[in-house]
Amino acid sequence: MKLPIYLDYSATCPVDPRVAKKMADQLTMEGNFGNPASRSHLFGWKAEEAVEDARRHVAELVNADPREIVWTSGATESDNLAIKGAAHFYQGKGKHIITSKIEHKAVLDTCRQLEREGFEVTYLNPREDGIVYPEQVEEAMRDDTIVVSLMHVNNEIGVINDIAAIGELCRARKVIFHVDAAQSAGRLPIDLAEMKVDLMSFSAHKMYGPKGIGALYVRRKPRVRLEAQMHGGGHERGMRSGTLATHQIVGMGEAARLVKEEMAAESKRILALRDRFWDQIKDMEEVHVNGSWEQRVAGILNVSFAFVEGESLIMSLKDLAISSGSACTSASLEPSYVLRALGVNDELAHSSLRFSFGRFTTEHEVDTAAAEVRKAVEKLRELSPLWDMYKDGIDLNTIEWAAH
Amino acid sequence: MAYSDKVIDHYEHPRNVGRMDDKAENVGTGMVGAPACGDVMRLQIQVNDNGVIEDAKFKTYGCGSAIASSSLLTEWVKGKTIDEAEQIKNTAIAEELALPPVKIHCSVLAEDAIKAAVRNIREKRGEAVKEEAAE
Repeated sequence: MKLPIYLDYSATCPVDPRVAKKMADQLTMEGNFGNPASRSHLFGWKAEEAVEDARRHVAELVNADPREIVWTSGATESDNLAIKGAAHFYQGKGKHIITSKIEHKAVLDTCRQLEREGFEVTYLNPREDGIVYPEQVEEAMRDDTIVVSLMHVNNEIGVINDIAAIGELCRARKVIFHVDAAQSAGRLPIDLAEMKVDLMSFSAHKMYGPKGIGALYVRRKPRVRLEAQMHGGGHERGMRSGTLATHQIVGMGEAARLVKEEMAAESKRILALRDRFWDQIKDMEEVHVNGSWEQRVAGILNVSFAFVEGESLIMSLKDLAISSGSACTSASLEPSYVLRALGVNDELAHSSLRFSFGRFTTEHEVDTAAAEVRKAVEKLRELSPLWDMYKDGIDLNTIEWAAH
Repeated sequence: MAYSDKVIDHYEHPRNVGRMDDKAENVGTGMVGAPACGDVMRLQIQVNDNGVIEDAKFKTYGCGSAIASSSLLTEWVKGKTIDEAEQIKNTAIAEELALPPVKIHCSVLAEDAIKAAVRNIREKRGEAVKEEAAE
């Protein structure tokens, strides 16, 4: 077994070797290196064909029309293009946007920017289970609401929003519905012919493809219009200019094809691994799973270990590659904004770890990880004055702490 | 985050972990920090009649640097008089452990902990406690 053990698949996945092989074929003189926009020779035609094959694979993963897929540099760009693009295009109809407090920063920061431009944003608070319920969205809707943007699966806690139901609400009021599906595509079945989602963001590297490539689904019927954010040669039907990166696109296409083929079996296997891990942890005292237990993807488990601090826990777990809070915010000392929004107190938020399992995780790795976690938590609790107090029956909330 | 070798050493082999009877006449306890901020230190010193610290114990909830700062502190205060121990500055701890700027607050907390422990033992002995600016 190779150390450290990688349990951070929601931060990124390794590229599947089958994907890497296909990508490598798109680079050199001997390979398919042409510019897909070159219309005057075979190199261009071949590259275009590869790009269109890939587009079809991504479309098939979510049951969409290939013409509804726009290549981007990743989910962050897709989120920017979707939200800014729709807000700018439809601002004549209104200037109100609805999102939630636990979205990815790519959505939250985009909304902040739109606020600076004069839009008004409602940030919904999820319930304690981490889910944003359709009725909350309905209550927040106004006559001037133009865009609702919610994630399908939360990247920190793994809970699933009912986007089908929220889509119905949006469609009934002709509000554009954007869904960030970076964490769900390839992990949950998505049928865009059925679901009333207008815009959906995807990322290749969360489905065993390369970093630096993603896609945005833009619905054709009823037609959704966007104002381009990147101007230039008019690629991607004018929605996103820039020479297409054939090798990246082929990588995403192949990743999407494989993940669709293997999703059913893979989800089952990962769920079994998750349960195997949790079964070895759950009998410890004061260990809590954050977010709904029922409505979640198999691969993500966010756990708070009360009375030990997350950063020191990670330091003890140097053979495990895991994250404390979100990978995007773990450079800061602030507790996770996602856990805070769930109402998890700061102390438990400081004590949380995210384990995410994936395609290459083995039973042996999971067993080793669980044993290491137990050992580290026990060691740090021996060191913790809070654990002593808990054992003495003192309620920590009754103590007046000197905040510093 | 890269930790210095000294932080790692103290973290992996913390010195003087434990707990003394905080009711004992010769034990001073300093508990500082807050769970919501991510660190709580409890430092205890056992002081003889001459005002010399004979033993010290700590427990810390916090990051590796907080644990290392308090572990180091217990080593430093043993054998010192309480007057001397009070003079320990956070900068000396930060320097010894090569703490990065984002972790300086851990050494500040350690300084607060020894000051609080000394104040506690002085109170128990009925000595005049130096007035300090409220923190």
